[in-house]
Amino acid sequence: MNQEEQVKLLGLWGSPFSKRVEMVLKLKGIPYEYIEEDVYGNKSPMLLKYNPIHKKVPVLIHGDRSIAESLVIVEYIEDTWKTSEPILPQDPYERAMARFWAKYVDDKVILALWKACWGPETEREKMVDEASEDLQCLEKELGDKQFFGGETIGFVDIAADFIGYWLGLVQEASGVTIMTAEKFPKLQRWSEDFVANSFIKEALPPKQKLVALFKTKFGSAKSK
Amino acid sequence: MANEVILLDFWPSMFGMRTRIALREKGVEFEYREEDLRNKSPLLLQMNPIHKKIPVLIHNGKPVCESSIQVQYIDEVWSHKNPILPSDPYQRAQARFWADFIDKKVYDVSRKTWTTKGEELEAAKKELIEILKTLESELGDKPYFGGDEFGYVDIALIGFYTWFPAYEKFGNLSIESECPKLMVWVKKCLERETVAKSLPDPHKVTEFVAELRKRFGLE
Repeated sequence: MNQEEQVKLLGLWGSPFSKRVEMVLKLKGIPYEYIEEDVYGNKSPMLLKYNPIHKKVPVLIHGDRSIAESLVIVEYIEDTWKTSEPILPQDPYERAMARFWAKYVDDKVILALWKACWGPETEREKMVDEASEDLQCLEKELGDKQFFGGETIGFVDIAADFIGYWLGLVQEASGVTIMTAEKFPKLQRWSEDFVANSFIKEALPPKQKLVALFKTKFGSAKSK
Repeated sequence: MANEVILLDFWPSMFGMRTRIALREKGVEFEYREEDLRNKSPLLLQMNPIHKKIPVLIHNGKPVCESSIQVQYIDEVWSHKNPILPSDPYQRAQARFWADFIDKKVYDVSRKTWTTKGEELEAAKKELIEILKTLESELGDKPYFGGDEFGYVDIALIGFYTWFPAYEKFGNLSIESECPKLMVWVKKCLERETVAKSLPDPHKVTEFVAELRKRFGLE
């Protein structure tokens, strides 16, 4: 596969999963054409052709081949463009740790946070407790490092983009507070450093637009 | 440096089987330790405090958790023989995609074939066959998922075969008649010594599932 072949990304403007890929493309200085997909309305023939299994975004199209699942795409980019901005460590044990924490965020934390904010009122306290426990594990793992990846943004930071940016807005829209500076000082500081990075900032969707989207789409789902 | 490798595992775990196969593919000497999941060892709780699950691979005292992560780790550390992931980035991405598909889809749905009844069971059976047919379609006419060589996706899926008779018995379905090509692939994998040594007798797994059903009050 030639690095010079054209790169296209089928994405969704507000999706943290879609944005993971954009962040990595921007961090590595890889030019790409972005195509917005109307995932909830009318899926394009292109999306159905390039991701027939899940029919979801993001999908990376490199030349005429496609890759789906955001973290699989991130590893593909890492394997294909071996530039000076590695997202994963070189050491196999460190890589395994990075993959473990990224999977933890992906499989457990994001879902727990989402359910806590938008789930039924009756389950709220229990879900908030669970999500807080998960965040505590991340707070501990982060420790005194600037980023999960160490001195530079890495695989786990990218995987945790929802926590770094979206979570604050979801909390604002839902009125549920889980992550505060008092309870999670390290994660709070990390999220500020994360969004301050120029490449990350460039990729982030506009705040007010996201808050409005959450309120209309999920606000009605909340039991009063 | 001396290589001390310990695997904390549970004999019927299709996830543990992945790591057993990978270690044997690389010719790595390891100590297998059986965990009683109703009485987890202090070592397990210390080495996997987040999930408290098996398998846990302990290499020179340092734990690696999550079977697919363990298999990739083993491939990277013992890179001198029997590569598990392809070297081409696009083929690697495809391998990761399909292992992720197996992880997300097969376990949860297949579990329903022996833990549910009525409409829920019927829906689960239908979905499981669809998932297996999708995998069968991806396999196509290739001997293995990765092509000519046994690799990552084969390792991710093969352990589930030992549970097929249990799904069939308690769910009342026939995987063999619905997915004959997949069964050809299973037979081919079982010819490999590393696989044959790492998989338990499916009859024993079925007996174990029968025990679980009694314990859960499903019988």
